Amino acid sequence: MSEKIINEEKTTYETFTQEEYMVMKGDLLRPVQHIGKWGKIWIGFLIAVCLAGVYAYYIQETKSKYVTVSLRDYTMWGVYISNFVFFVALSLIGVLMSAVLKLTHFEWYRPLSRIAEVIAVAAIMLAGVSIVAAMGRPDRLHYLLLHGRIQSPIVWDIIVILTYVTTSIILLFIPMIPSMSTCKNHLTGKPKWQMKMYDILSFGWEGTPAQWKSLKKSVKILTVLVIPLGVSIHTVTAWLFATTLRSEWDSTNFGAYFVSGAFLLGVAGMIVAISVIRKTYKLENYLTPMHFDKLGRALVMMSFIYIYFNINEYLVPAYKMSGLHANHLINLFVGEEALFYWSVVLFGMVIPATLPLIPAVRKPLPLTIIAFGVVIAAWFKRYLIVIPGLAHPYLPIQDVPASWKHYTPSLIEMTIVAATFAAMLLIVTIFSRFFPIISVWEVAEGKLEGKDEIINYK
Amino acid sequence: MKEEKEESNRRNFLKLGLLAGTATIAGFGLKNKIFAGDIEETGEKVKVLTTDGRVVEVDSSMVAHPSEAKLAQFNVREGIPGKKFIMVIDLARCANARKCVEGCQSMHGMLPPIEYIKVKKMQDSDLGAPYWFPQTCYQCDNPPCTKVCPVDATFKRSDGIVGIDSDRCIGCKFCMAACPYSARTFNFGRPEQKEFSEKHNADKDKCCATKSSTEGTVSKCDFCPESSAKGILPSCVSECPNGTIFFGDELEDAVTNGEETFRLSELLKKRAGYRQFEELGTKPRVYYLPPVERNFPFEEATEVHNQVE
Repeated sequence: MSEKIINEEKTTYETFTQEEYMVMKGDLLRPVQHIGKWGKIWIGFLIAVCLAGVYAYYIQETKSKYVTVSLRDYTMWGVYISNFVFFVALSLIGVLMSAVLKLTHFEWYRPLSRIAEVIAVAAIMLAGVSIVAAMGRPDRLHYLLLHGRIQSPIVWDIIVILTYVTTSIILLFIPMIPSMSTCKNHLTGKPKWQMKMYDILSFGWEGTPAQWKSLKKSVKILTVLVIPLGVSIHTVTAWLFATTLRSEWDSTNFGAYFVSGAFLLGVAGMIVAISVIRKTYKLENYLTPMHFDKLGRALVMMSFIYIYFNINEYLVPAYKMSGLHANHLINLFVGEEALFYWSVVLFGMVIPATLPLIPAVRKPLPLTIIAFGVVIAAWFKRYLIVIPGLAHPYLPIQDVPASWKHYTPSLIEMTIVAATFAAMLLIVTIFSRFFPIISVWEVAEGKLEGKDEIINYK
Repeated sequence: MKEEKEESNRRNFLKLGLLAGTATIAGFGLKNKIFAGDIEETGEKVKVLTTDGRVVEVDSSMVAHPSEAKLAQFNVREGIPGKKFIMVIDLARCANARKCVEGCQSMHGMLPPIEYIKVKKMQDSDLGAPYWFPQTCYQCDNPPCTKVCPVDATFKRSDGIVGIDSDRCIGCKFCMAACPYSARTFNFGRPEQKEFSEKHNADKDKCCATKSSTEGTVSKCDFCPESSAKGILPSCVSECPNGTIFFGDELEDAVTNGEETFRLSELLKKRAGYRQFEELGTKPRVYYLPPVERNFPFEEATEVHNQVE
């Protein structure tokens, strides 16, 4: 039985046209082989923003937080926490765009999976950074290990996030082993340490049938594992809010609501990512209009699911308008935050649910614009979930200074948030400059296995 | 042979008895030492009631304050043994004099706008009469804040108090998000406050187990447990000119505002005591007496107190 499989795999690789394979290899290694002037400027820019963030954090920690940060007793969680939720949501991109598509045999996942996984790893790391930035005493971070208590949802979150990070990194690196070997054998003019790195990371890969077999098996196990983990990280993140008695978060719907939002963000993030990557790295042959078409359809579906959960989350309590919810909901619907709230509904849900129904909109450019709007709206959506409700506690806020009543993030806070975005883009950029961002072997394999879907696509 | 053995048994018994006797005497001495300590006679006589009902006069140095002795071994996390602190706030007496707020602030070394006890204007419905509502930490018996703390920095003690270990707190503010009463405050290191805390370092935390001046941590009303252990009422209680706030021990079934003392169960029964947001299931240890037959007519506050950033 096992011999039969090995033989089959062998034939798969032998029947692959050598010429075609070499062209593809050349294309996919190009971003690693050569970094242009603009590429360097882009990296420099991202590093500059990151350093600005580090400096802002230094100021925040050395000076009084009352001055550097706009947080006060009532709005005690601000953009750091909403940014954290955003990044946790974004990290589910790996689950949806790589694992789910892979397991459900959608062959078009192949060029997307590595992009999705590296974004997932970068996002979840920056989620951690956001949380540390929010802490009053980051010097006591290790207390979580020394004195951690299992009844706290924060500890659940740390446990699932650490597991997810580990699994995602392994899931990113195992399918990269053959690519490392490719890099080692085909890249030229690279520094010695870089070649040494490829050598180490290829773990003695020779491409023997036994190696292929164990590689595929491990990838499959990890792919299955990463789905419940991804769902748990975002569900537990939702529970950070839902386990409190605050009326705006007191919802049994919260876990599913967060996960569905994360999947919508995942599709939108993927559209933006492939749109940038195919242009900058000239990979239009691999990230094709077909992908945009498929992702456009996925965007519609995910938007409708998210709208469904939003109706549950907002309209059902709004129908009752109980005293507990009224302040917060009225503030969102017709009050101070109304413009903000309805813009998020429009750009984050209504447009992505309707416009891509038109085939012409599922072309790269229009779809990218819509998806970019969804990503921005998704960030503000987390802001609206976390922050405005805090200004409407059960007992009225009275006799406090003006800054205690309304929260507007400070310059320091926004710089740090901007730096987390820059750091995420930097991780993805640096990764794509050292490793092929599209998996050579996965695409090669797909060209044979998924011929109908990729080649005969109309 | 046999006789000899019996003899030795008897001798051993005697030895044991002697040893036990010595131990008892030694123990007694030790006990006296514990109670009397190194305290010298003051010459001041006090009357005390013995267990069999006689009144005797002894030197005041002979009378140890058991609560103080307990306080010496008082564990911040465990609480004062044999106590169950409770508060009753009579809304009919509150005239928003704000003396409780000021007393609390000076006791804990805090500057406005930070208030552990707040006085809010409440009006439950459009036609309902407005009333003043002093609000402390409710030291809930089912505290939502201690549940969520990831490092056990906030905890429920046996004496009913919800304490904070500011040396443990990591400043995640989850407890603040979890508290439905917004009772907790965060030390953001407001410059004026920092300066004040440094200047008054010596007399800070003179009453309390939890330090309020640690930057980057959460603090709140803690019923001033160390004062309570010494039999001193919390500032908010003693400073109130109208005797609005009653403090006491649930186990003793008594609460006092310093002048009047009531049997807790009777007071709650007679005046229909209630707890704020009972439906949240937090089981607060602060009871309110409804604002009926008020001592003062409700007057709008003419000045705003906490405008300075």
